[in-house]
This record gives sequence, structure tokens and C-alpha cells, in this order.
Amino acid sequence: MSTHTIQEEIPGTVIFDGRMAMKGYALNKMCYSFNGAAARDAFRADEEAYMEKFGLNEQQKAAIRARNVLQLIDAGGNIYYLAKFAGIFGLTVQDVGAQQTGMTVEAFKEYLRKQGE
Amino acid sequence: MARIIGGLTSSHIPAVGNAYARKMFEDPYWKPFFDGYPPVHGWLKENRPDVAVVFYNDHGLNFFLDKMPTFSIGAAASYENQDEGWGIPTIGTFEGHPELSWHIIEGVVNDGFDVCSCQEMAVDHGFTVPVQLFWGDREENPIKTIPICINTVQHPLASPKRCYEFGKAIGRAISSFPGDEKVVVLGTGGLSHQLDGKRAGFINKEFDLMCMDKIVDEPETLAKLSIHDLVREAGAQGAEFILWMAMRGALGDKVAEVHRNYHIPISNTAAGLMLLETRA
Repeated sequence: MSTHTIQEEIPGTVIFDGRMAMKGYALNKMCYSFNGAAARDAFRADEEAYMEKFGLNEQQKAAIRARNVLQLIDAGGNIYYLAKFAGIFGLTVQDVGAQQTGMTVEAFKEYLRKQGE
Repeated sequence: MARIIGGLTSSHIPAVGNAYARKMFEDPYWKPFFDGYPPVHGWLKENRPDVAVVFYNDHGLNFFLDKMPTFSIGAAASYENQDEGWGIPTIGTFEGHPELSWHIIEGVVNDGFDVCSCQEMAVDHGFTVPVQLFWGDREENPIKTIPICINTVQHPLASPKRCYEFGKAIGRAISSFPGDEKVVVLGTGGLSHQLDGKRAGFINKEFDLMCMDKIVDEPETLAKLSIHDLVREAGAQGAEFILWMAMRGALGDKVAEVHRNYHIPISNTAAGLMLLETRA
């Protein structure tokens, strides 16, 4: 019998657990490959073929095409691997944060700064 | 016997690697962060530790989801900083201390912590940024290192209490090593931050400051927190505070706070720095 307890949800937060790790395995494996420069070049050269090689499902492919982080998370993406995908386009974590919260990058940076007051 | 002389904590934000490479120490954005470090440099110069045992978390460089150990200990002669994919410059290799590594591995397994041992271990910013911040040029300030990786990628994560107890076991093992090494223990990462989801950008100053206060004399209180508490109060990646708890466990019962710095924001993160000295 499982003894772990179901935790209350934390708004705006996805806990990357075994369920998500299974769901996002192909997507995360592709993003993990981006540690290598040759893999980044291969993706840039032919995105569709590269996604096919890693066996991404349609939801994951659509999220990659859209460069949409919330969709990527929903498709099982883990932020540590997704950061390597974002890095291909030179995006910082402020760019990624702004996209997910619907703020401009400047507004997101100001939001961060204000929390230090 | 080897002796633990103190503990250091530092955030390990990747952007620091870039700022360091560009020597932005006096830049208005970076100055309040970098200005925290010279007092630690002075302490290190005075106390000259031989080995740094570094609790850190891998961010998808050495480990993937195919095999995800909860606790893993480096047992190599050297550790290479490899390309992480998004553009921080790599900073070469770090010297290891394999004899002490294996002594620690034997000690903690005997103590009930069944770790993964790694004779090859690529280290990412989680390890390299703090070591660079504390030691700078390693030719000038040589330091042997032992990376100890704790999983923060895939839940379930080890609880703060478990990490604190793991740190204690590491401390016991170091203190029984037949050598005259002086050792510092690093807890890296944190403090509050969240990179992913609609709550991205979340920071919690009040909670961070409470953690910095209590980790000195009341770590047992913090050991009562759950991972879920940490994610809720410190953000999804604020769970890295378990690395600080492991560091604190290794230092033993009594410590004295020598220095601290806290600054919001560096990148998306509340940056925390502490220097704790062990007391008999």
C-alpha cells in the first residue's frame, strides 16, 4: 500500500514527479541532448527531423514549435532541460519568466526587484 | 584526523558565471552581490582549508532522468566543468581527493546512507559558481574538491531532515579520516526562487531571512519542514535549501556565524551567502 500523502496544490506550480517524468521523457531527453554543440546545430538545421528522432508526441512537438514554456511544462517538460532549449534562442530566465507570467521582460524584472524592498 | 573548520553557503545562479567572466564586480546591478564575498576571501586566506566538500544539485548535465540518484558522491581525481548548453563559459577542471571520497562513501554507507559513487562526474554551475566565487583563480588559491550531488530535479526529493542527517553522516566520516586536512563544507543553491510555471519570479524575503537565522542555532526547527513546505514558501527551486541543511548537518552541534550577505534579485533569485565557523 502506498503511504505517501496527497499534498495540496501550490498555485502556478507544477511538481515534477514520476508522473511528469514519464510524460515528458522524450521531450526532456531531446532537451538534455542540447548540452552538446553538435546537437544544438542538428536541431537548428532541421527541427522536425530532430524532434522525430527523439520520438516527441504531437503535443510536445506543437509546444516546441510555439516556443511556449507553459505548454512545454504541460507536455511534461522539466525546467532544467527546457532551459537548454531556451538557450538555443539566447533567452534568459527573465525572458522565460516574462513569457510564463504574461508580463513584459521589463515588468518582470521590476517584479523581481520589488520583492527585495 | 581531518578537521571541519567551517561551512560556506552561496547561491549558484548561472548568470553569476557570466558576470564573473566579464568582471562586472563594480557594476551597480552586481556590486551588492559581489561585495558579500571579500570577507570570506579574507577568512579563507587566514584559515587555508585543503579540501572543499561541496553539496550541490546537478541541473541536467551529469544526470538525466534515465538514472536519477538521490545522493551521489564524486570519487574522482578531477571533475570537469562541461558545456551546459546555454552559454556560460566553462572553467576547466577541479582537483579531487579520491582517498577522502572513498572514506566518506564507506562511512556514510556504514551509517545507513546508500549512496551512488561516481568515478566520473561532470560538474555544472551548481558546483562551479560557488567554488569560483570563493577561490577565484585556482592556480593561485589551490583547493581540492569533493562534489556531493543531491537530487532536486525529480520528486520525490529527500526531505530537509533526511539531508540534515546525511550531512551529519558526512561530517562524522570526514572527522574520522586519518589525515591532517582542514575541510570546509559548502551548501550551495537557493535561496527562494521559482523559474517555472505561472508563479515564476516568486521570491520570499521573510522566509529566507528566517532560514538564515535559524540555520545557525536551530537547524532542528528547519528540519521539520517538508519539501512541500519549501516549494510553497521558497519556490519550486527554493527547495535547493536542502543543500544548506546537508552542509549544516556536517558542521556539528555548535557553530558561530561570522558573515552573511543577502540580496534580491540576482537573475530570478534571492542570493544568500553565509560563513559559519565550527565550535567545539
